[in-house]
Amino acid sequence: MTRKRRRLWIVLACGLSLGVAATLSLLALSPGMELFVLPADLAQRTPTPGRVFRLGGLVQAGSVQKTLIGREPAVSFRVTDGKASIPVTYVGILPDLFREGQGVVTLGEVQPDGSFRASEVLAKHDETYMPKDVAEALKRNGLWNPAAGPPPPASTWNTLNARQLDTKQTGQTGKAGG
Amino acid sequence: MTPADSLVPASRRNSGFTLHRFANPGRFLRLSGAVLPWVAIPGIGLTVAGLIWGLAFAPADWQQGETVRIIYVHVPAAWLASAGYAMLALCALLSLVWRHPLADLAAAEISPVGAVFTAICLASGSLWGRPTWGTWWVWDARLTSVLVLFFLYLGHIALVHAFDDPQRGYRAGAILALVGVVNLPIIKFSVNWWNTLHQPATISLFGAPTMSLAMLWPLLIAALGYTLVFVALVLARTRAAVMERRIRALLMARAELAA
Repeated sequence: MTRKRRRLWIVLACGLSLGVAATLSLLALSPGMELFVLPADLAQRTPTPGRVFRLGGLVQAGSVQKTLIGREPAVSFRVTDGKASIPVTYVGILPDLFREGQGVVTLGEVQPDGSFRASEVLAKHDETYMPKDVAEALKRNGLWNPAAGPPPPASTWNTLNARQLDTKQTGQTGKAGG
Repeated sequence: MTPADSLVPASRRNSGFTLHRFANPGRFLRLSGAVLPWVAIPGIGLTVAGLIWGLAFAPADWQQGETVRIIYVHVPAAWLASAGYAMLALCALLSLVWRHPLADLAAAEISPVGAVFTAICLASGSLWGRPTWGTWWVWDARLTSVLVLFFLYLGHIALVHAFDDPQRGYRAGAILALVGVVNLPIIKFSVNWWNTLHQPATISLFGAPTMSLAMLWPLLIAALGYTLVFVALVLARTRAAVMERRIRALLMARAELAA
């Protein structure tokens, strides 16, 4: 075995051990790496009152109610993960991307009545980027309702502009009708 | 060539030869000097073209509006931050196993460039996070692992220069660089393994990019430009390092002659 060979084996062995060690540590630490808790997790284990944590999920469609407390804007909505939902109240200014159907991460604590009082609301945005007119065309043709869920598969729209989406849609309806 | 080397089959000897032909500093300087303008000029051109296209002409996003244009600065910088670290680790492997002298010099020149690209990624991401997410920073798995990448680059820079004997610095730096490779899959998959504020990948090897082509093209052009600029910076810096070492050797020789 040449010296280069031996050094290569040593480096590979060290790399393998390090990889195994890192994997095991990550598996052990994995719950701590989560940024937020989902409503379904919260339903399983009752959190200690007064403990501040992050609750995340989607803003349930039709649940957003905006009011004013004094001169501060206040909002209440439900955060859902499809399995469970938690009512959230927040006093303050919401991020621009906040809307129904949007992912949010809220920081706060559970109240005695089971609702979640947030001191911070952050908006998540998904990995989808589309021009305004394409989004409008998808909505106009009934292919997507942003409040209800994620956009249709990217391959159906990412190469098209709004006009092409419109003609494609009317073409398909025409065929279906005939 | 030592007797032990002549026992190695010819094919293997050849592969060692191809690897080490660039170890000759004179040959490296000639070759890299010829290649450099062909990397640097298209790199600057594509970066400028991609950024102008993205910042001025690409469509705005339906929900983020004009803010989405930060993507053309942020995403290529993020890709190069990780890819640059992979290059650094490759140089570390070449240095530790094959004792390639140019790999040491290249590694020491990659880390400052990689650190700058990572800083661009972090700063632009922070500026993007404030208007969209509502915060400059959050300790989620993606943001934290990229911050760790930044510190790995800084640590490599510091470690390489921490010894009086440069060879020991290169050795320590190479070990750090290889250990830090663990962080690369963590950065890539953090958004899939754990819940984070940062969204998962838009562009993947399998499946259509969840992005309109009108936005994807300028992004890919800017990314190609960033890549060439990164390579050009590392090449130019490594050339300077080789020349610096030559000049130092000449000065030492002259000083010894005078003494």
